[in-house]
Amino acid sequence: MTATKAPSEPRSQQAVRRPGDRIFAGSAKASGVFILLVLAGVAAFLVSEAVPALTAPAEDVPGGEGLGAYVAPLVLGTLLGAVLALLVATPLAVGIALYVTYYAPRRVAATMGYVIDLLAAIPSVVYGFWGLAVLAPALVPFHVWAADTLGFLSFFAGPASTSGRTMFTVGLVLAVMILPIISAISREVFSQAPALHREAALALGATRWEMIRMAVLPYGKSGVIGGAMLGLGRALGETMAVAIVLSGGAGATLNLISSSNPSTIASNIALRFPEATGLGINTLIASGLVLFVITLAVNMLARWIVNRRADFSGAN
Amino acid sequence: MSTDTRPAAPAPVQPRGPVRVERRLPRLAPLGLYLAGVALGAGLSALTGSSLSSTVVYGVVLGTLAVFLASRLVEGRRKATDRLVTCLVTTAFGVAMVPLVSLVWTVLDNGLARFDATFFSNSMFRVVGEGGGAYHAILGTLVITALATVISVPIGLMTAIYLVEYATGRLKRAITFFVDVMTGIPSIVAGLFAFALFTLLFGNDVRLGVMGAVALSVLMIPVVVRSCEEVLKLVPNELREASFALGVPKWRTIVKVVLPTAIAGLGTGVTLAVARVVGETAPLLVTVGLITGTNLDPFDGRMATLPVFAYYQLTQPGTDTQAFLDRAWTAALVLIILVMALNVVARLISRFLAPKTGH
Repeated sequence: MTATKAPSEPRSQQAVRRPGDRIFAGSAKASGVFILLVLAGVAAFLVSEAVPALTAPAEDVPGGEGLGAYVAPLVLGTLLGAVLALLVATPLAVGIALYVTYYAPRRVAATMGYVIDLLAAIPSVVYGFWGLAVLAPALVPFHVWAADTLGFLSFFAGPASTSGRTMFTVGLVLAVMILPIISAISREVFSQAPALHREAALALGATRWEMIRMAVLPYGKSGVIGGAMLGLGRALGETMAVAIVLSGGAGATLNLISSSNPSTIASNIALRFPEATGLGINTLIASGLVLFVITLAVNMLARWIVNRRADFSGAN
Repeated sequence: MSTDTRPAAPAPVQPRGPVRVERRLPRLAPLGLYLAGVALGAGLSALTGSSLSSTVVYGVVLGTLAVFLASRLVEGRRKATDRLVTCLVTTAFGVAMVPLVSLVWTVLDNGLARFDATFFSNSMFRVVGEGGGAYHAILGTLVITALATVISVPIGLMTAIYLVEYATGRLKRAITFFVDVMTGIPSIVAGLFAFALFTLLFGNDVRLGVMGAVALSVLMIPVVVRSCEEVLKLVPNELREASFALGVPKWRTIVKVVLPTAIAGLGTGVTLAVARVVGETAPLLVTVGLITGTNLDPFDGRMATLPVFAYYQLTQPGTDTQAFLDRAWTAALVLIILVMALNVVARLISRFLAPKTGH
């Protein structure tokens, strides 16, 4: 099939297809398909390495009570830390995004946005160092106070940890880490709110906050939700910061401030994998597969929400 | 941003006559009230046993309250709510600055102790106490990151070209969607993938530098695709059409016209993608491991990398704990400097390689 074999239609109707074009277009397409294969490969190889743990008798799996009992507390710990991070980070991120887009002096707004983005550039292991050395000791008084005054809630049942290396501290570290993700996306959608709507609101005598509430927030709502879910996906999979800060390994508990916390899937893998052997490796990979499925579901949902908004605004 | 309209805070023209005169706080009054509230908060916290955090919390709460109440009394409910939100939003930004400043300060404070020539010229080979350095880890990080870049950039760039120049329909939508989804793969899962892949190929207990590079590529490719795609979309269609009109084949149009036009953006995107993976720890922890000596061959056994080095120095200190902690913090400092340098390079690339306008 070379270019000399002219098709039956008149030549002017169809562009000439040169070999160079075919090779280039083919390799471009192959790269795209390769990426899809990689994603499928991630799932396939994880499954193939996880199968021994799935089929092994329950007493051989580390912990001795089967894979389900091994993974369940880890899933709880993962969700607990990530949801706490999300609850702390989302309102802050929305505030930051509003500040940068509509409140900061215009001359410095771009710089401020860049400074917030720097938070995203710091490697996660450094966040772990900081959480362990600074944040955990600094939060010990709060742990004591929370155990005394909020102890009736099961989240703050205590006894308060004396080191601060608790799920609560981890949640705050994760919140700092996902803050730039949520605020970057929120900033983008807020700045795209239709100028006509904003100016109309101001022209009718709305204050700045009323303008934001009526013209900006309804427009940016789905973008914020999507950004928050992307942050949630990041928090679920965060490894090193949690592995360094959390003193985990205890069973399932909702208690955020005691010294016995459930570990998270990712940090458990990081802590145990280097020394694991045999079925232990398979079990850890099986737990990684669970994490993969959870984050994949969260991310797909998030992308769907964000893209739906993009379609909507593209129609305008 | 240019269409950004913000309400001018003071409306200078006040209508006279039968129109109700709008009562306003003087221009600097909110700021003054806020500072007064902060001062009051500082005094209060000094009375109740002062600490920096309580001073700040009392100050911010009282300052916000002072502004809100004054505005409520003088300007009415709506204006007061507006000022309250202004205070809250500004506070949110301030709160986000606290961890950034604290983190950078802590790393500088602890990391400068061992930021010396030995750290950059010695490895940890046969070092059990003081001395030693991260020479082997820094070079290992550079080798593995370079390898990951060599794998990721051709695939990522070609995919971006495919998406912008060729793809249509369902395959385009599928690739776009799954590239987005791939951005969210946890880094540890990417490491497990590389581990599972190489275990199937080479048997158990294999640890190679190239495994780490593969794991990092899984994280890097989607970032490269997204940034390159955005940049290629910005190349004006007129350039492509002018090239086609001269009879240039499509692939030569892309190579000779589209890519050179976009080179600044492509360089920036790739540099930022490198910056994203250079600090990754978890995937290297499970695939590359750590050694104390210098190994620069990614196809031969374990290698040392800077993030993993920092992690183990902190979490598994030897008998001379302080020496290990010092090395860990210095490694963290070097890591931050590396990432920041890459960010700066990315900005410089976009400034100096930007397409020339006119001749």
